[in-house]
Amino acid sequence: MSAASADVSAAARPSRGWTGRDIAIAVVFLLLALTPLLARFGAEGFLVGMMTRVMIYAIAALSLDLILGYGAMVSFGHAAFVGIGAYAVGILSAHGVNDLLIQTMAALIASALFALATGALSLRTKGVYFIMITLAFGQMIFFLAVSLSAYGGDDGMSLSGRSTLFGANLFSGVTPFFYLALACLIGIYLLCRAIVASRFGRVLRGAKENPTRMEAIGFSPFRYQLTAYVIAGMIAALAGVLLANQTGFVSPAYMAWQRSGELLMMVILGGVGTLVGPIVGALAFLLLEEQLSHITQHWKMIFGPFLILLVLFARGGILGVAAKLSGRRDG
Amino acid sequence: MADALLSVDRMNKSYGALVVSDSVSLTVAPGELHAIIGPNGAGKTTLIHQLSGLLPCDSGSVSLAGEDITRLPMPERARRGLARSFQITSILPGFSALENVALAAQARDGSSFRFFGAAANEPALNEEAMAALREAGLGQRAHVRAGVLSHGEKRLLELAIALATKPRVLLLDEPLAGTGKDESQAVTRKLAELKGRFAIVLVEHDMEAVFALADRVSVLVYGKVIATGTPQDIRGNPSVREAYLGEEAA
Repeated sequence: MSAASADVSAAARPSRGWTGRDIAIAVVFLLLALTPLLARFGAEGFLVGMMTRVMIYAIAALSLDLILGYGAMVSFGHAAFVGIGAYAVGILSAHGVNDLLIQTMAALIASALFALATGALSLRTKGVYFIMITLAFGQMIFFLAVSLSAYGGDDGMSLSGRSTLFGANLFSGVTPFFYLALACLIGIYLLCRAIVASRFGRVLRGAKENPTRMEAIGFSPFRYQLTAYVIAGMIAALAGVLLANQTGFVSPAYMAWQRSGELLMMVILGGVGTLVGPIVGALAFLLLEEQLSHITQHWKMIFGPFLILLVLFARGGILGVAAKLSGRRDG
Repeated sequence: MADALLSVDRMNKSYGALVVSDSVSLTVAPGELHAIIGPNGAGKTTLIHQLSGLLPCDSGSVSLAGEDITRLPMPERARRGLARSFQITSILPGFSALENVALAAQARDGSSFRFFGAAANEPALNEEAMAALREAGLGQRAHVRAGVLSHGEKRLLELAIALATKPRVLLLDEPLAGTGKDESQAVTRKLAELKGRFAIVLVEHDMEAVFALADRVSVLVYGKVIATGTPQDIRGNPSVREAYLGEEAA
């Protein structure tokens, strides 16, 4: 084996051991799983609801990281998919279809089609043009939702209740719904992890580093990027299904460009291209937002500059800083 | 030539008024090492770009083993056995050397639309990649991140990647560019080993290497092939001496 062990990339060798990141995510999931128990001791009933919201946004941020961190696709219209998922629930439930599986299937199909059509066009462009065109498609579907007067238009619409599963009202309680969201988050995290490490993921990562090299060995990056875009859109739609159920409300605001920006911030805040980062990022973002809004109603004046400082001085986001700190300690 | 593996017929390319390929025709027989030389700006890299499919040609045709590939994009040509290296090193710097090569093996081996199972742990791909790395002389450096390899090692890595695509024709764009004396000797030795096993189109500035390796040499000046022949023919050709070798040969 080579003497230059410092140069050896950790990812290159098949390893069976737990990395720092594995431990971090296991701890995060464990703490999340215990949240309803912890909340029982305090009077903070809102904690479970708050963490449910965090997990739902974490799922959406995770899907954005899949295309942003591993495919270099900076989508500024990712909230559109969350909105599509939410509207699938809203529209179907307005017509009396309350089954979660049917609603989820509809959300996945609608988001896949939207991702396929918009992705095929967006991926013809690169860099800042890709950002702008995804933003444009996001706004397009936003205004479509605003114009849906039968489904509340600008004001959105309230749902009659949470979705049911085979007629059973399993998720009406706060805690069961919390665990549904947690199960989805863990499932999606493991799915994304598998995708990134798979043959498909390796081509996607290669195309991010050097698309010309990938073409020269026989891959057409476009097909892989488009597929990743569709997968990410479908996952974000799943987050939308959960979000509509949690809030009991569906509105065009879910797919406003500001929401897309927030998803980007969550990913960047936590650490791009890490999968764990977006989960941590969603948690940090929403908790900060919550805490700061208690202090002053002008909390965005503090929040905005704080985020900018973090992005400027903490390269790699929270996970990057954590890795640096733990590296220093180990060294 | 009827039995040519790669043949180019009156290929043209211009950027506005600037003609970079002017009715270029050439053939490469199986196992032949065909070198392309010419002064800077003669259109050598453009020629490689057009042969590999990175750049479209304005007119003319390219065929591989009798099949017209003029309109095929680069990935499709790569899958048909046209592998290339780049003048400016083009690798995946964040991947290990092994994974750089394993990806090339993966491109040939079945579908890459597989979403489960860690690609880095596929023994068949890794074994093939290891074999190509050893062949290029990089066996010891398999697990090193490609970005931190020395320049010469990166040139060899490009060669290993090309070999792992199991090519029929190798298009090598200045494999010696930027290498030091020792490194260039190592790469030249590798090329001598590969010669005969693949048809090779070699664009190179290093005349010593070209005349030592080439079966035939074509001289490109202002996008035009002004002469094709054995190294001896080219050395003796007066118009070549005038256009290109002038100062060096004098």
